[in-house]
Amino acid sequence: MGTIQGHALNSGNAQGEVIFTDEPLSFWGGYDAREGTIIDKHHALYGEHVAGKIFVLPSARGSSTGSGILLEAIRLGNAPAALILKRRDAILALGAIVGRELYNKILPLVIVSDEDFEGLHKARFARLDEDGAIEYE
Amino acid sequence: MNETNDERPTTNDQRRTTNDERPMTLTERDEKVLNGDFGTAPKMAMNILVQLGEVLGADELLDIEQVHVDGCIYESEAHLDFAEKLASLEARVIVPTTLNATSLDMRHPDAWGYSAQWKSQARRIANAYLAMGCTPTWTCAPYQTEFVPKFGQQIAWAESNAIVFANSVIGARTNRYGDFTDICAAITGRVPKYGLHLAENRRGQILFELKNIPDALLDDDAFFPVLGHYLGKRAGDKIPVLLGLPHNTTQDALKALGAGAASSGGVAMFHAVGITPEAKTLQDAFGGSTYERVEITLSDLNAARAELSSADGSQLDAVVLGSPHFSLQESLRLAELIHGQKVHSSVEFIVTTNRIVREALRARGVLQTLTGAGVRLCEDTCILLSPMLRSEIRVLMTNSAKYAYYAPNLIDRRVVFGSLRDCVASAVQGRVVREEELWRVPGDE
Repeated sequence: MGTIQGHALNSGNAQGEVIFTDEPLSFWGGYDAREGTIIDKHHALYGEHVAGKIFVLPSARGSSTGSGILLEAIRLGNAPAALILKRRDAILALGAIVGRELYNKILPLVIVSDEDFEGLHKARFARLDEDGAIEYE
Repeated sequence: MNETNDERPTTNDQRRTTNDERPMTLTERDEKVLNGDFGTAPKMAMNILVQLGEVLGADELLDIEQVHVDGCIYESEAHLDFAEKLASLEARVIVPTTLNATSLDMRHPDAWGYSAQWKSQARRIANAYLAMGCTPTWTCAPYQTEFVPKFGQQIAWAESNAIVFANSVIGARTNRYGDFTDICAAITGRVPKYGLHLAENRRGQILFELKNIPDALLDDDAFFPVLGHYLGKRAGDKIPVLLGLPHNTTQDALKALGAGAASSGGVAMFHAVGITPEAKTLQDAFGGSTYERVEITLSDLNAARAELSSADGSQLDAVVLGSPHFSLQESLRLAELIHGQKVHSSVEFIVTTNRIVREALRARGVLQTLTGAGVRLCEDTCILLSPMLRSEIRVLMTNSAKYAYYAPNLIDRRVVFGSLRDCVASAVQGRVVREEELWRVPGDE
């Protein structure tokens, strides 16, 4: 159990099962928007279903096309329920921002400190609010 | 995920997402655009840029004078929705805007076996960007067209190889733009003021010194993509400074180097001392800051060269050249090498380029030399952006580090990396042959 105050880059409410990785992910070539799964064979979460979960990762990496892949996942309803990141990440933030502009769908995106990020390592369930507060257990 | 019908935030106070964040300072004109005074499309574009600027921690926006858009690639239905939404709102670009390679050879769509569905979606997204007033350059090498930016100019370019070329070789200033930000910049003429737009962020961060590289290798086209691949792996997203490149290094060589570095790493800019405009001297490149020093040996480059090949043995199904798009000079060199020979009947030979190069080759009478030898030209697109290779083609050969890096994952083909001369010899013989002597480390058996 714990509570964290994060910084909301895209505000919204969400709750769900937590899926954690300390390895950055390229959404382009790494996230299947049709299935909501990780398809990067070199990633520790390869094969995991992430759609609808609270996805905790340090940041994206790689091509800016990752923004569009996240947007496609948002369009199809196969995006994570929320993203909790360690670094300000323009690729993922843009996907979330355009998701709101284009489809009127909110993918909350919250930045947390390095310490709080580590604290989420063993979290199983989390709830986020619009101010970036995170409760987890 | 949930739906919302909230009012979109428009003013500074409403834009504030948390208490500790100071919102960006906007000009009166920015505020008017954000308020919708210039229409719905500029409002939407500005809203995206302002939110991005706040994510990045930028204090304000700055003016840009030119844009290169790669959103015209048909990557997904969402990409198409975004383009068509802006076009339907009658968005217009307000600065000169070039278009990247797209997802179709538009003048020869039936030459490559695209499905009807693919052709239709690729045309729709292309048409959306044309409707917004973008220039149909359809190339990933816009710096080799008439739309070359000037030294010191603030621009917003997408496409990783074009970004690194603009920053490094031209000395124009751009961050790594791409999905959505490119066209928003073109519609508003503004981008967040941060990163490589600012002089203090353009200094070198790691020195790479070439050590005992044979002159003959420095003169070979295969050297530069291999060096780029190595740099990308070692420098990540830092700015590398190269010492030891020949003073007569060509534009095409720097293009191949940058494309390799932007594929294997996130390199958005490099300096080559004595060659690129912001690195007249070593001191110039680093601007007085301290740096790590790395020596590059022939052994390091051999390891990088080996990484670019994902196939071994002699099987060869196709030679594919032109990522970034083959230039006129590269095409003329190919014509010289292949003149009087024939591509083997078991091998497909494809050069991906743009219309400008094809027409220039035609005008010089060289197109005939290439097609007569069995070379097929593909324009507007490339093998990574559109499904144009027959399914029987499994093993490719190329002198492009970018093709070699991406083809195994993106299009499930294995690749042998070789020089232009290797590619031509292999295509003619119908099996992989490579000149190894240039790469031999003295003393090794």
